[in-house]
Amino acid sequence: MPVAEGELLSSSSRKVGSVVAGRQQRLSHLRLLEAESIHILREVASEFERPVMLYSIGKDSSVMLRLAQKAFYPAPIPFPLLHIDTGFKFAEMLQFRDEMARSIGAELLVWRNEPAIAAGTNPIVLDTKRCCGLLKTQALLDALRHYNFDAAFGGARRDEEKSRAKERIYSFRDTAGQWDPKNQRPELWNLYNARIHPGESIRVFPLSNWTEMDVWQYIHEEKIPVVDLYFAKERPMYVRPIGSGQDVLMPIEQDFVARPGERPQMVKCRLRSLGCSPCTGAIRSDATTIPDIIAELISFRSSERANRVIDHDQEGSMEIKKREGYF
Amino acid sequence: MATVASPAFSIDEFLLQEREKDLLRFSTAGSVDDGKSTLIGRLLYDTQSVYEDQVRSIEGKGTTAPGQIDFALLTDGLRAEREQGITIDVAYRYFSTAKRKFIIADTPGHEQYTRNMATGASTADAAIVLIDASKGVLIQSRRHAYIASLLRVRHVIVAVNKMDLIGYDERAFQAIEADFSAVLNQISADTGTPVERIFVPVSALAGDNIVHRSKKMPWYGGPSLLEILESLPSSQDTRKAGFRFPVQRVLRPNQTFRGFAGQVASGTVRPGDAITVLPSNRSAKVQRIVAWDGDLEEAIAPLSVTLVLDRELDISRGDLIVATQAQAAVARSVKAALVWMDQRPLDLSRRYLLKHTSQTVPVLLTSIDYRTDLTKLTREPAQTFEMNDIGAASLNVLRPIAVDLYGENRSTGAFILIDPETNATVAAGMVTATSVDVTAGEEGETGAWGAVTAGEREARWGHRGGVLELTGPVESIRAIERSLFAVGAVSSRIDANEDVFLLHPNLLDVVTGIQVRSGLLALVIHANQSDTLIARAEGEQVELDIDNSMHAISAVHQLLHRAGIFISSEKAGL
Repeated sequence: MPVAEGELLSSSSRKVGSVVAGRQQRLSHLRLLEAESIHILREVASEFERPVMLYSIGKDSSVMLRLAQKAFYPAPIPFPLLHIDTGFKFAEMLQFRDEMARSIGAELLVWRNEPAIAAGTNPIVLDTKRCCGLLKTQALLDALRHYNFDAAFGGARRDEEKSRAKERIYSFRDTAGQWDPKNQRPELWNLYNARIHPGESIRVFPLSNWTEMDVWQYIHEEKIPVVDLYFAKERPMYVRPIGSGQDVLMPIEQDFVARPGERPQMVKCRLRSLGCSPCTGAIRSDATTIPDIIAELISFRSSERANRVIDHDQEGSMEIKKREGYF
Repeated sequence: MATVASPAFSIDEFLLQEREKDLLRFSTAGSVDDGKSTLIGRLLYDTQSVYEDQVRSIEGKGTTAPGQIDFALLTDGLRAEREQGITIDVAYRYFSTAKRKFIIADTPGHEQYTRNMATGASTADAAIVLIDASKGVLIQSRRHAYIASLLRVRHVIVAVNKMDLIGYDERAFQAIEADFSAVLNQISADTGTPVERIFVPVSALAGDNIVHRSKKMPWYGGPSLLEILESLPSSQDTRKAGFRFPVQRVLRPNQTFRGFAGQVASGTVRPGDAITVLPSNRSAKVQRIVAWDGDLEEAIAPLSVTLVLDRELDISRGDLIVATQAQAAVARSVKAALVWMDQRPLDLSRRYLLKHTSQTVPVLLTSIDYRTDLTKLTREPAQTFEMNDIGAASLNVLRPIAVDLYGENRSTGAFILIDPETNATVAAGMVTATSVDVTAGEEGETGAWGAVTAGEREARWGHRGGVLELTGPVESIRAIERSLFAVGAVSSRIDANEDVFLLHPNLLDVVTGIQVRSGLLALVIHANQSDTLIARAEGEQVELDIDNSMHAISAVHQLLHRAGIFISSEKAGL
């Protein structure tokens, strides 16, 4: 019998006592995550000359934005929001974006890679990898350079994808905006090294330690508005069989997505993560409220980004994109 | 993902239950073949924390027998790792059970990754130390336990893995337990931190005692690894410790509101509490605790809040607000345990930057007290620290800082060192002793120079010795010289372009060295026709637009403050 057993029992019984005594005082995981994220937002705002918050309109961005409001209250958010518009975002997203910025009084910047958009760049003419490279990565790097931003907040979480699991909270980028996974600064306690040379920058991930479930629970508890596309309703979709009785639902926003002879059908569905309409599949769903979405999440056996075409182009494709400067 | 929807499932109940869950952070360390990745993969898989597409993406790959899932592949993230078959960095994993949420800091175990282990341990409440039952106690298990103890991880769970390979033998397990207990006692004696330990025999590959209790080891009868993790007290509770609140930012949205934003590092604060601001040592009472959702009646660590005080005090980022009845030490020199993390070894002749809570201060390492040999657990003298070395040193900070001992406060007793040239994080530090006086015997910057000590000069002149290099048009340099004089700085002026310095480049260093030791602010001037002014002090540089001379002057004063030459913002005329 291991010696430790007695210790374990005695320490756990002590714990039960303290939990009962101070139940209302023990901080839940959401309060702990919130406190950590606010600390990060304040550190960056205080230590960098020109921070910016990447605002992608999705659920993670919505949480990040609420945390920024909380971090500086009653003062306004001390940095602008930046949206990288590929031209392929859902119309509902753009409307939501403008309303949100207006209602909270935030400064909103929108950047598009106009030359590439004018040249007809899309994921079918090119492949998804090159399309992302031009409309997202290149546009982002151009915008950061144009405005001279030295720190950019992003809503990425470590639980999203394997290469993200090793990302620091302060992710250091060289003068070309590139990430070197082998040369990351150690990050201890809550002490972040904010020093950079001119021309270098950092990406900051205040939601690093949040999971998809945490994000939805927080949205629920805090009553944070999210885009309607997350909720199920009858929507026109191209329904494409992919074998073994399964199919994918493609939004009809862009004409070029349609295959010859393809006709949209009305399907009750919703989007699990928001991206560009040609590369984001919808899922069949009856979830019309946040608790419905959370219940659905519990029953899911497939990870959140599985319906994002971009990640499984090639083995480790997210890591390759990040090395090149992708968020 | 533990609770799978069933007919009786109620989402409202689930959300209520979720709201009650707390968070436990634990670290793991292990090397290529002791089964650490398998253990974590198994923990994630058996708690249904991985999705089907993630399992599908690794099926049929890896090194296990056909039909068996190689759980290690679930956690090995980066391409480089997949190619080399090793884990080279800290990776963070997330899972939850019906009782609790968990964050794993997953770190590699080889000696060259000591720094990664320290990183993972710095935020952990518990550490899982792996021992390969077929090999017994190896150096990397000792190293991991040592680092966990040094970083004050409260609980060490010793997972004796690969029990399947030794036929689930009770005696072998007991022998390992006895061996490693002795090691842990030795470690505790060295680090001064008691190690609360729990031993558990497991097989990660077969799933014995990971999530479910194993039937193959009836002699054990204790809880599984997951049950242990679910029942450990999380060490976040510092409610009864002294109140500590590093100021991150002053919020001033209008003329009437002035709040201090920060995260409670320890203790509890309530309106009406008497607080003291360090290092300036002025006191006030807390008037309000402001948060977005409304004022709070109390705030406990680690909440992020904003404090409003009952009177105007000069407080800025980097100050530490503490409970008046439980103050922190204000120190000019500290002794600290260090983990060296940089390719470039420690250079005692250089200045580093010390980042502690929300402030960054120039620092000199005055001596190395010892280096710890983790193989023998002995202390030995050392001339320098190299990458992954662990030891202790004495440091003089060039501006007083408010600190606690790391043994008493994991938040206000910790710091990192930064190389001002490369900007790399070069060391993790844990304060073990503090002193108001600078370390004796330290000639040079802050020690005695002749019959008058540096402290006496500093007290009279309000600043310490240092070099300010100014490159730019002569009118701007003059304006800065005047403004420094106006705030009472005792300065000297050297034109670096004078023939004598051009002929003897080393002479400039000799002369400024004497001036700095005499407590003077040495201005070294490089006049040119440029339309910008470059000011440099203590390895930090600012480039300024000369058309905005008020801004340029103020930026130079701030630079001198940051560089530790002007000790207070008041003296700096800010």
